[in-house]
Amino acid sequence: MDFKNYYQILDVARDATLEEIKRSYKKLARKYHPDVSKEADAEIRFKEVGEAYAVLKEPDKRAAYDQLGNDWQSGQDFNPPPDWDAGFEFTGERTAGASQADFSDFFESLFGQGFGSQHSGGQYRTANKARGEDHHAKVLIDLEDAYKGATRSIVLHSPALDKQGRMVNKQRTLNVKIPKGVKQGQRIRLCGQGTPSFGVGPAGDLYLELAFNTHAIYRVEQHDVYLDLPVTPWEAALGATIKVPTPGGPVDLKIAPSTKNGQKLRLKARGIPAKTPGDLYVVAQIVLPPADTDAAKAIYIKMQEELAFNPRSQLGV
Amino acid sequence: MNDLILQGVLLDEEAELSLEELCYACSSSTKWIIALVEVGVLDPVNYQQTPVEQQTLWKFSAYSLKRARTAMRLQRDLGVNEAGVALVLDLLEEIETLEARLNRYKAPMINHS
Repeated sequence: MDFKNYYQILDVARDATLEEIKRSYKKLARKYHPDVSKEADAEIRFKEVGEAYAVLKEPDKRAAYDQLGNDWQSGQDFNPPPDWDAGFEFTGERTAGASQADFSDFFESLFGQGFGSQHSGGQYRTANKARGEDHHAKVLIDLEDAYKGATRSIVLHSPALDKQGRMVNKQRTLNVKIPKGVKQGQRIRLCGQGTPSFGVGPAGDLYLELAFNTHAIYRVEQHDVYLDLPVTPWEAALGATIKVPTPGGPVDLKIAPSTKNGQKLRLKARGIPAKTPGDLYVVAQIVLPPADTDAAKAIYIKMQEELAFNPRSQLGV
Repeated sequence: MNDLILQGVLLDEEAELSLEELCYACSSSTKWIIALVEVGVLDPVNYQQTPVEQQTLWKFSAYSLKRARTAMRLQRDLGVNEAGVALVLDLLEEIETLEARLNRYKAPMINHS
């Protein structure tokens, strides 16, 4: 397992005061919060920062961590020395903060699983104590799945009690139908598929948030889909009927004469087939053929000689 | 391997959640959800007809669920209060709109050699 240098993660010196640690944590938590951060690895960094803070803010945990010594480097292979925590008593205070559910193996090996199995959030209504918690997960789908529907397998980890009454992490696989017509960010609710109740109450619900994989040729906005369509200058100038791909299968699209570069053509109801179907927008991108042969050059020269065309007339030159 | 295929309910534009469902989904108290309604972070779809005293009849859109969960994380992880959450959510949404607009005009790289 990799050693984690919590001081380096929080960007503080080893002799930093609690105030300094707290301040640096707050700054980094804002910077890497997955809801606001644009950093690519925000989620990982945010967890790391939360884990580092969970150790360094507690004097007893920090002291135990410190006695591992200064010589460890982040990423170095690490196994806790036997009886490394002798003489320390961890209070195991479970404060709100970054969810501790997925701290690293390094953290678990030092401070035990007791800290890891806790749920974030906190304020449950006592009247509903018997009901299992709702579970949230994200599932990635392709744009084509939103047109045709799909089935996805999802692996979920949730806490459960074993026969001895101990808290264990249980893994289960669910096959879920993704209906057609979904859009980015929508959720599917599966009743009773959340965390099971520890008592006699019903299980919680499972919420799956849908997100699209980036597509090679389409861009998606709500239920509308955008496609950049390369066209030749003669297709744009003279008009043409062109075969165009759509996520629902190719269609023939009529391009009007004198189509301009960047012009948007709307294919009504060819977007995501929701209750109110989205539209597909085809954006014309005129591509010039290269003048890389004598024949091609001759055509350009002919145009130059025969077409009285000045695209800069508006500029007064 | 279990071959059962589960079919859920798609929370689309017409889907509605009760106050209780929203609380469960956010692992939060009713009090907290009501506080978010009071600062305008959440908007029950029938707020006009249903005053605070009849909050059990409130209906929320799936969009409220998204906002409430983001609010929950911001408050839990960064200690932002209700008014701060309202501001952050509005700004995040504005960024999202602008980015979508930018994305719409993003020209592709057309390679031809």
